Amino acid sequence: MFTIMTRWVPVTLCLLIFAGCSSSPTKEGEQEGAEVTEQSTGGSGTYEGTEGAGATTSAASEAGSWSGDPLDDPYSLLATRILYFDFDQSSIGMDNREIIRAHAEYLASNPHVSVRLEGHADERGTREYNLGLGERRANAVRSLLMAEGVADNQIIVISYGEERPASMMNNEESWALNRRVELVY
Amino acid sequence: MKYLLLILFWPLSWQPAANAELTIEITEGVEGALPIAVVPFRWQGKTQTSPREDVSAIIQADLHRSGRFKTLPRNDMLAKPASGDEVEFKDWRVLGVENLVVGQIQPNGSKGFIIRFQLFDVFRGEQLTGYSIPTTAGSLRTTAHHIADLIYEQLIGVPGAFATRVAYITSKTEGGNTQVDLRIADADGYSPETIVSSDVPLMSPAWSPDGRKIAYASSEKGSWGIYIQEVYTGRRQKVTAFKGINSAPAWSPDGRKLAMTLSKDGNPDIFVFDMTTRKLRPITRHYAIDTEPSWSPDGRHLVFTSDRGGKPQIYRVPSFGGKAERVTFQNAYNARASYSPDGKLLTLVTREDGRYRIAVLDLASGVMQVLSRGDLDESPSFAPNGSMIIYATKAGRRSVLAAVSVDGRVRQKLALQEGDVREPVWSPLQKN
Repeated sequence: MFTIMTRWVPVTLCLLIFAGCSSSPTKEGEQEGAEVTEQSTGGSGTYEGTEGAGATTSAASEAGSWSGDPLDDPYSLLATRILYFDFDQSSIGMDNREIIRAHAEYLASNPHVSVRLEGHADERGTREYNLGLGERRANAVRSLLMAEGVADNQIIVISYGEERPASMMNNEESWALNRRVELVY
Repeated sequence: MKYLLLILFWPLSWQPAANAELTIEITEGVEGALPIAVVPFRWQGKTQTSPREDVSAIIQADLHRSGRFKTLPRNDMLAKPASGDEVEFKDWRVLGVENLVVGQIQPNGSKGFIIRFQLFDVFRGEQLTGYSIPTTAGSLRTTAHHIADLIYEQLIGVPGAFATRVAYITSKTEGGNTQVDLRIADADGYSPETIVSSDVPLMSPAWSPDGRKIAYASSEKGSWGIYIQEVYTGRRQKVTAFKGINSAPAWSPDGRKLAMTLSKDGNPDIFVFDMTTRKLRPITRHYAIDTEPSWSPDGRHLVFTSDRGGKPQIYRVPSFGGKAERVTFQNAYNARASYSPDGKLLTLVTREDGRYRIAVLDLASGVMQVLSRGDLDESPSFAPNGSMIIYATKAGRRSVLAAVSVDGRVRQKLALQEGDVREPVWSPLQKN
C-alpha cells in the first residue's frame, strides 16, 4: 500500500499545477480522461487506472526524472515486452538478454509482481510442433529470468504456437514478427 | 453422482450457421473415369408429399466428386427408366455409358420413404446389385450417400466414404476479435454444424473410433486442456488440465485410451491416458519436443514427431512405451504422421525446398511420395476407406481445405465462403 501511495504523489501534484499534465506514458490514440483524478482522490489507485489517462505530452517524461512505476517508463528496457526469435530457434540473442536482465531485476525486487510469458511461432510447420516450439521459447526466457533471481511462482508460461499470430500475412517480415515471446504483466 | 455429472458435463450451444457450407470443387479427376448414368429416381407417391431432397442428384454428385466416375448429364439421357424392366440397354450403349443406376422412391408411413435402386452393367445387360432401403425425411441425404457408397464399392472394389463427416476448425477475425469454431459437416460439405465456438485458440480435433465423440485442445481461461465432447448431445468433459501443454489427443483404435502431448514435466512428451482406469502412462521422456502421437490401426504402436535428432522427424514407439525408432530419413522436416486404415502407409507433412507439403510414406519400402503442391500445406487426414487424404492449404492469404487421392490423380478443393478453415479430420466409417 505504501508504495502505491508514494507512486501517486507526483501525479497528483502534477495535476494540481498543470491540468493537462501526466506522468504516465501514453499510448497512441489514447484519450485524455478524468481517471487519474478519480484514482488519486479515491486512494485505491491501481496501475491500470493510469494507463488509460493523460494527454499526449513529453514534458513529464524527462530522462532521469521518472517517478512512477518503472514498468511505465517508456525509456526503460522494461518497456520492451516482445522478444523475437530466429526461424525454428529458441536461443536468445545478446540484445534480448539485456532486456530480460532488466525484467529480471524488476521482478526480483518486486516479488509480489508476476509475469506471463506467452510463446509464439510462425505458421510454417505443423501446429502441434509449433505449440511445442512456442513453449520452448517461453521457457528459454523463463530460465534466464530465474537465473537472475526471479522466483518460479512469479512466472506463468503459456504457448500459443501459431494460433495467435501478430501479423496475418504469409511472408518473411510477417513470420519474423510472429516468432516471439510476449511478457505480459 | 448426479451432481458430479453436472459438474463434469455441460452443454454447449449449437449454432446453425447460414452460408457456412463448404463448397467442393473437383480440380483434377482420373483420366478414363468410369462413364455412369444416374437416372432421376421416380417418386411413386402424391406430388405434395414428394421428398425434399433430390436423392439421385446427391448420388451423382458423390460419384462425380470422387474423380473416378464420369457422370452423364440428365439432359443427355434418352430415357428415364425407374426399374430394370423399363431399361433399354441400347439407349445407354449409344451414349457410351458403362454403368446405369435407376431407382424409385415410395412413401412409407406418414414421414418415411422406401428407396429402391438397381445398378446395371450396360454392356452385359446385367444387374450388378440392387437394394430396397427404408429411410426418413431427415435422413434422405445420408441414405443417398450410403447408396453412393454401395455403388462405389461394387464398381471400384473398396468401400465408399461418402456417408462420412469431416470435422474442422474455422476462424474469422473481425475488429481485432478472432472467433474460432469447431464444426462438423457431411463429407460433401453439406449440413455444417458448429459444436464449439470460442474466442481463444482451439486445436487438434480427433474423432473417437465410433464417430460419436471428438477430443480437442482448448486454451480456455488462459491454460490448455484436453476436452472430450459428445457430438450428438454437445456435452463435454475436461480430460486433462496439467501445467503447460495439454494437446494433440489421439484415440486408440479400441476407443479406450487417449494418446496426448503433455509438457507438465518441463517439455512436451507423449503420454497415454487410459479412460477406464484413469491412469496416465508416460511413453516418451526426452528433452526434445515429442508431439503429434498417432496410433497404428492394430493399436500396438504410436508414431510421433520429435526433434531429438535436431530437426523434427517421425519416430515409432510401442504403445505401452519402450524404445523409439526413427521412421523418416528423407528431407530435414517431417511431422504430424498418421497411419492409413490398412496400416501400410503414413501420411505426413514434409519440407521440400522450403515448402511444406503432404506426402505418403510406404512403410514397407520406405519410399516417400509428395502429393500436394502448396507452400504451407498441413494437417493431412486419411479418408476412412484410405482412398483420399484431406488437408489444409492456402489460397492466397486464406486457409482452405483440399483433398487428394492417395495415387495423386484426383484433386479437390473445399472452401468456405468467408473466413479460414483448417485442421480437417475425416470421421470413421458410419456403422449401419
